Amino acid sequence: MLESGSIHSQLSFRDKILSLDYVLVCSILLLGIISMFAMYSTDNGNFDYHTKSHISRFVVFFIFFLLISFLNLKIWHQTSTLIYVFFFILLLGVKYFGLSSSGSQRWINFYFINLQPSELMKVGLILFLAKYYHRVPLQDVNRIKFLFLPIISLIAPILLVITQPDLGTSLLIAAGGVSVAWLAGVRIKFFAYLSIIFISLLPIAISFLKPYQKARILTFLNPDRDPLGAGYQIIQSKIAIGSGGFFGKGFLNGSQSYLDFLPEKHTDFIFTLFSEEFGFFGSVSILLLYILIISRIVKIGDITRSNFGKLYCYGFATAFFVYVVVNMGMVLGLLPIVGAPLPILSYGGSSMLSIMLGLGIAMSCRVYKDTPIG
Amino acid sequence: MMSKSKLISRRMFILGIAKTVVFAGIFGRLVSLQINESKKYRTLSDKNRFREWRLAPQRGIIKDYFDVEIASNEKVYQLHITPENSSNIETLFFRLKNILNLSNKKISFLKKKIKKQKPWEPIIVSDNLSWSEFSRINLFLHELPGVEPIVSIARVYKDTSSSHVVGYVSQVSAKDLKNKKYIRDMAVRGIAVGKTGLEKKHDQDMIGKVGFQRYEVNAYGKRIKQIHHDKGKAGIDYKTTIDLEVQKFAAKLIEDKAASINVMDIYNGDIVAMVSSPNYDPNAFVHGVGNKYWKYLIEHEQKPLMNKAVSGLYPPGSTIKTIVGLSALENDVVSTNLKVRCTGSIDFYGQRYHCWKKKGHGYMDMRTAIKKSCDVYFYEIARRLGVDRLSETAKKFGLGKRVLDGFTEERPGVVPNTKWKKKYIGQNWYLGETLHSGIGQGYYLSTPLQLCLMTAQLANGGYKIKPQIIVGADKNRNNLKNYIKYKKENPVEGITADLIIPSFSINPLFRNQENINFIKEAMYASTNEVGGTSYRSRITNKKFMFAGKTGSSQIKRFTAEQREAEVKQNQIIYKDRDHALFIAYAPVQNPKYAISVVVEHGGSGSSAAAPIAKKVIKKVLERDALRVSKINQIGKDI
Repeated sequence: MLESGSIHSQLSFRDKILSLDYVLVCSILLLGIISMFAMYSTDNGNFDYHTKSHISRFVVFFIFFLLISFLNLKIWHQTSTLIYVFFFILLLGVKYFGLSSSGSQRWINFYFINLQPSELMKVGLILFLAKYYHRVPLQDVNRIKFLFLPIISLIAPILLVITQPDLGTSLLIAAGGVSVAWLAGVRIKFFAYLSIIFISLLPIAISFLKPYQKARILTFLNPDRDPLGAGYQIIQSKIAIGSGGFFGKGFLNGSQSYLDFLPEKHTDFIFTLFSEEFGFFGSVSILLLYILIISRIVKIGDITRSNFGKLYCYGFATAFFVYVVVNMGMVLGLLPIVGAPLPILSYGGSSMLSIMLGLGIAMSCRVYKDTPIG
Repeated sequence: MMSKSKLISRRMFILGIAKTVVFAGIFGRLVSLQINESKKYRTLSDKNRFREWRLAPQRGIIKDYFDVEIASNEKVYQLHITPENSSNIETLFFRLKNILNLSNKKISFLKKKIKKQKPWEPIIVSDNLSWSEFSRINLFLHELPGVEPIVSIARVYKDTSSSHVVGYVSQVSAKDLKNKKYIRDMAVRGIAVGKTGLEKKHDQDMIGKVGFQRYEVNAYGKRIKQIHHDKGKAGIDYKTTIDLEVQKFAAKLIEDKAASINVMDIYNGDIVAMVSSPNYDPNAFVHGVGNKYWKYLIEHEQKPLMNKAVSGLYPPGSTIKTIVGLSALENDVVSTNLKVRCTGSIDFYGQRYHCWKKKGHGYMDMRTAIKKSCDVYFYEIARRLGVDRLSETAKKFGLGKRVLDGFTEERPGVVPNTKWKKKYIGQNWYLGETLHSGIGQGYYLSTPLQLCLMTAQLANGGYKIKPQIIVGADKNRNNLKNYIKYKKENPVEGITADLIIPSFSINPLFRNQENINFIKEAMYASTNEVGGTSYRSRITNKKFMFAGKTGSSQIKRFTAEQREAEVKQNQIIYKDRDHALFIAYAPVQNPKYAISVVVEHGGSGSSAAAPIAKKVIKKVLERDALRVSKINQIGKDI
């Protein structure tokens, strides 16, 4: 114990550089470059606002990602509760000082960025629960006494986010939290109980939903119900993806997006735009790139010695997987439109920040893979 | 108990499998959308981005024989609205109502139409604005989003003399859409469809091929760029055999009567003039006929919409005596020398049959009987001939069936015989009816065009011709002319002449041409000899001299008292007066044209119809040289 600790306190900068997962770094970089081209296309082939700000964000947050990779994993472990509490306070802040846009209140204005704390909470919760379950002995995991804190730490932010209202992000936050808890050994039957309670509360919850959210769920069940209204997005997205064919319509030739048939093309529907222009070939490439990133994070989890690191990496990988699947499932018409960005590709600073933070911590797990956590 | 990290790893393994399954599902979805169904989505994507605006083609023009346009196209000013470009349709209509005096009824009709069609499809608010309305719209245009003033092309008829034969176009009706596939297929707004006459008959060819403009549009319907522009194809122009000058002249002569005039080239069947009166203004229909005018046309007792030349059915009256005489001669029932004494009436089987001349004509042979139109003589001939043999000859010469192709207004008329009566009336034939048939009364009904054809086929020496209105429609139209010309250049007589007939594929209607010549000669007498029924209308100038036969067809039988009192036609009410008929050919020396004139309730043929025919014949023959030169110019005829 003391031996290994002494080894890692001696990690030189060179050692750190060498111990980065370059496959992961390159995949992220590649995805970042692809996202720049996609953004350029959403600006109809002009080097306009979205493209410029997306590129600058990617560059800044990519450097941020590299920097935090070098932060000792111990520091993440020590500060994770603090980080969670900080993000939670920000979420509370949204409630009182938040900016409203198109019917929901999700952002806080920090002058240089309109921050969306719910995005950060996606990583914050994983970090917090990883630390919690790192400490809790295995035999105590399923004891009620030890379930209180996870449930509260999970439910509290989700409630805040749902009432913004932002169904998509709250689901994604939940996905991260639940996967860490399950990985840590919480019994499946516990989740079953939780689901039963949730489902029985669903009708009541639905009555609290905004009309547009109800419409989205109904529309998912039958997209042709109102083709020019709520079903429009799904139909147009499917048309765009399907019409791409095998090799796509070509860069900057996506008529669906160019002619504005595609809604939210910068953010939630960026995959649709890419699929239209680069076809099956392009969309499968993106899919493979995401699978590669996820498997690299899992790999880091495998080689990390500490349970904190393992729980964090596995939890984040699973959450990352859920982000990708929810977004793709949504634009492919497999899931209802809930409003979930695609990691790195979608336009949006908070989402990019959150993903880069998450990836940075995962990379830190790799660099400090042998560092023991108390 | 297993270690914590082992548990975590094991659970991660399970999650890994789940992830693989889910990713496989997404992959499968991509395969299905982008590979299996990509064609379908490609089509849907094109449907999104392309919009087509169809363009009505220019309608073919109808010209007369001298290339004067009868039905032409002219610029019209129209007002279209594209609903999606208008921010508020209600206020737009409110503004337009003040500018254009639109009725509330029209507005609610337009609103209903807007609901039925796609928002980018323009709707025609008015298809024929006056210049002042059009300039007013242009003045306020900046306040009227969605409104498009458009200069388009529409049908115009420069004079109304040919309104019946040419017909008119009007807006597509539900019935047109149902019955005519080519109109359904065109699916273009604002197209006009031929409703009657030549406009109807040749509508499909005259209407042209629809063009379209395909634009790429964005999600808001804004046109981004033009992808394709197909100008379509203008309809086919038609050249008719009509001489508009004669047409106008004839129309003027009968403008205040209910009458019709047909003039035909006796060798090729060219209809030089076909006029029906009273006529109507076909221009009134092009942009939708107004209620008031429509009511006037429908309620008018002289039926202006009817083309009396082909739809009017009249008993042929004494004009049929030419055929009765010919039939009797051809069937060897009588000789031309047969003498019958007319005492003003004749009794058969206890029934008295009157001659038009109360005092009687005295002893008559066939020539004199035709010349003076003696009824008693033809009662006797008809009695000997029988109605069945008469009907055969009458049908051969063009009575009792439609003579034009595809002219839906044309009616066939009636040539009765014993079988016909059994079939349509369900009774046996009475002999008395044969006697009435002999003077063109009873069941006999014919159109003025049929009478003209009958005359033409007598005048040309007894050969079958096919009446035509469109130049070049019939390949055989010059056969008879070629034959006559050949015969003139190679004078042969009798059997030899008959032998060459088949090589010209012409169709003689006679057994012995001498009989035809006899009838023609009798018609000459009727007009040009003292005592002839149309003697007063004769032209002595050889160039214009014609031969004709009058006819008066009875509407109402005279009562014995009226007959006794010698009531004149102008003393009885209009509707009960006889129809006046006249048929003729001219010039006598070298016949070229046949004419028929029918004046409804005109009284007698000699006083009402023959004088009109005289003027028309003169006009036609004056223009004959011009027509012949046109033939040579075309190079198609002789």
